[in-house]
Amino acid sequence: MPQCPMHRSISSFILKDCIMAKIGVFICHCGENIGAKVDCTKLAATMGEHPGVAIAVDYKYFCSDPGQESVKRAIRENNLTGVVVAACSPRMHEATFRKACAEAGLNPYMCEIANIREQCSWVHNDPVMATEKAADITRSMVEKVKRNNNLQPIEVPVTRRALVIGGGIAGIQAALDIANAGQEVVLVEREPTLGGHMAQLSETFPTLDCSQCIMTPRMVEAAQHPKIRLLTYAEVVGVDGYIGNFHVKVKMKARYVDTESCTGCGDCITKCPNKKISSEFDCGLGKRPAIYTPFAQSVPNKPIIDKANCTYFKNGKCKVCVKVCQLNSINFEMQDEFIDLEIGAIVVATGFQVQDNSVYGEYGYGKYKDIINGLQFERLASASGPTSGKILRPSDGKEPETIVFIQCAGSRDPSKGVRYCSKICCMYTAKHAMLYAHKVHGGKSNIFYMDIRAAGKGYDEFTRRAIEDDEASYLRGRVSKVWEENGKLMVRGVDTLLGKPVVIAADMVVLATAMVSQPDAKDFAKTIGIGYDEYGFFNEAHLKLRPVESSTAGIFLAGACQSPKDIPDSVAQASASASKILALFSKEKLEREPVVATNNEATCAGCWGCVLACPYNAIDKKDILDRSGKVIKRVASVNPGLCQGCGTCVSFCRSNSLDLAGFTEKQIFAEVMGL
Amino acid sequence: MSEPFEPKIVAFVCTYCTYAGADLAGTSRLKYAPNVRIVRLPCTGRISPMFILKALQKGADGVLVSGCHPGDCHFTHGNYHARRRWTVFRALLEFTGIPLERVKFSWISAAEGGKFADFMNSVTEDIRKLGPFDQYQRLINETEAPATL
Repeated sequence: MPQCPMHRSISSFILKDCIMAKIGVFICHCGENIGAKVDCTKLAATMGEHPGVAIAVDYKYFCSDPGQESVKRAIRENNLTGVVVAACSPRMHEATFRKACAEAGLNPYMCEIANIREQCSWVHNDPVMATEKAADITRSMVEKVKRNNNLQPIEVPVTRRALVIGGGIAGIQAALDIANAGQEVVLVEREPTLGGHMAQLSETFPTLDCSQCIMTPRMVEAAQHPKIRLLTYAEVVGVDGYIGNFHVKVKMKARYVDTESCTGCGDCITKCPNKKISSEFDCGLGKRPAIYTPFAQSVPNKPIIDKANCTYFKNGKCKVCVKVCQLNSINFEMQDEFIDLEIGAIVVATGFQVQDNSVYGEYGYGKYKDIINGLQFERLASASGPTSGKILRPSDGKEPETIVFIQCAGSRDPSKGVRYCSKICCMYTAKHAMLYAHKVHGGKSNIFYMDIRAAGKGYDEFTRRAIEDDEASYLRGRVSKVWEENGKLMVRGVDTLLGKPVVIAADMVVLATAMVSQPDAKDFAKTIGIGYDEYGFFNEAHLKLRPVESSTAGIFLAGACQSPKDIPDSVAQASASASKILALFSKEKLEREPVVATNNEATCAGCWGCVLACPYNAIDKKDILDRSGKVIKRVASVNPGLCQGCGTCVSFCRSNSLDLAGFTEKQIFAEVMGL
Repeated sequence: MSEPFEPKIVAFVCTYCTYAGADLAGTSRLKYAPNVRIVRLPCTGRISPMFILKALQKGADGVLVSGCHPGDCHFTHGNYHARRRWTVFRALLEFTGIPLERVKFSWISAAEGGKFADFMNSVTEDIRKLGPFDQYQRLINETEAPATL
């Protein structure tokens, strides 16, 4: 054994890597999941003969309590220097086994997982080939772990302020939950008012309570909460930083009305001469002026000017609102402003949109006025709506005697790009049929459906009530065409249970439109750095076990931005996100994985290739001084707080000075050599 | 008849997209060819051309690199660096006489378990057709031959 101090560094390298390595290999059967395809006993025998492996054993379930205990015991008894667990994906149990190693006195980063379940036993049929592959994967991880280093988690401070993006029911719920626990919240809504889609609804299933009656008090509560800073008509335009330390840029769009001095008296709204603008809140069924609040209970109840439609902005003349405003709150010179926020955690609750029904040319949406979508029907049925809650035809204002509802108008239709079930349409269509029966006595409602999906507390009972008490006639089948004939909308469909085609002469047709992601969801996901699926819904970290976390640490999801959801599910997810954030805020400091780049200043040439490559501006230029304070050279220096550990700089480095802890060059080459 | 040639393929993938896609293929129980061995990296931006050469030197018959789709990188643009590095590296590979068909590049997201399985099958078939990669060993033998100056 070389003892000369001159050789210490070299000898320790050799000792640690190869001679002194005592690796424990633990091969999990995962019940039958791995054991049925991979010969675990044989694998253990093979691995036991591999150089540097002190112990190789197989067991039914290593993640179980006795399994973990046996790993700990093996570490202590054999003085193991590293551990490889050949089992499921590291995304599943890496944390479990690292914790077990730490409890046995081994540095947790001396543990690696060989993925022989998701990437081997589950995907291959041939046991011989699968066993061979499992051996390769395990051997490669043994070679890697021999070169692992003891690492310490990085501690970073936490800014105890949450950002909630979206002021619908999910966003409001999350903001209130966090604020009620005493933490600061910034609630950002891009529309002029809080409320989202829920404020547009008439009555809500399965209890038929009025949506506004339960929604608007929550909006007021959020706006008045001392811990909530409300930013409406504002958009998040940039997110930098990382969990506990996000830097967020918010654009405050110009309202042209000073919300500080405005009292919301509404004089400007009544006097505005330009009153023929289609109301977004009423889904085009009502009108609004150019200076307006979206609806009567808007929060904040201060108007904004619609620049695109304002006569002054178009012609330079008018200014009626300026004349009538006694508080001089109108300011046509107002500009967009940008504010910077320091944020610890983010809830994304940006909601959904309804699909554009014109994708169904055969249904005639847009061609015939009396064909509307579900959300428009909500506005008709709402007491605050354009008809004050009366069900009237948009074309002539008459009560429809016969209505046809078409379910799955967009959902579960791959040809229209929506494979998924929108989840709420069966329920709201049943509700619409009920509301119609209550409001139009003697009215006849027909519902074309594919399946009635009414899973939820009180949901199936609710649809039964629509059928049995309110006499909605359910026809199982699709509609092929809707056309106008003698003032009636002729709906041709099929009743598959009778096996007969049907034609119904209706006065109104309501399409149960699919819920789709916001049109800018994908761009927004890129802005804030989270993942999304093919439909533009945001991805959760794990569909079952981490359904409210995004794949980016510190960013959480709530409501229909993740997938179509009803109100109870949105509220539940919002509260779950809030509790996750409160758990995060309960600590002074956060621990982060120590996967960060390190630089060898002795060899760094200061070419700054890494500075150009780094997506996080985590690399600074550092002066190396001699004793007299003279600059000898400038080198790159990685800020471990900002570094996210992608390793792009490492492969950029011309002098091989940079390396990535946990994925060092040595480790990866060893992994390749082990294969 | 002799047994069909089973190529050995090394894949360098990022942990956020393709590795997760491979896990999804597993949880979906899709079946694919068992010839590919995965090396997990934080990001495709971490991949040095040296890794690819090392794998080929070690005896891999093919190498594949896969990460997040353009624009979807967890680290915002590591995959763009990887793509650019690959375009530059191609010329070098060609120069050294290593057939470009042995190195494959693709984007597979965490949601594309099916695409992952299909890609594994197609790469395995392609490399199988190319046959074993023994050029490198031949090259070593040649260079180790005594100099004849």
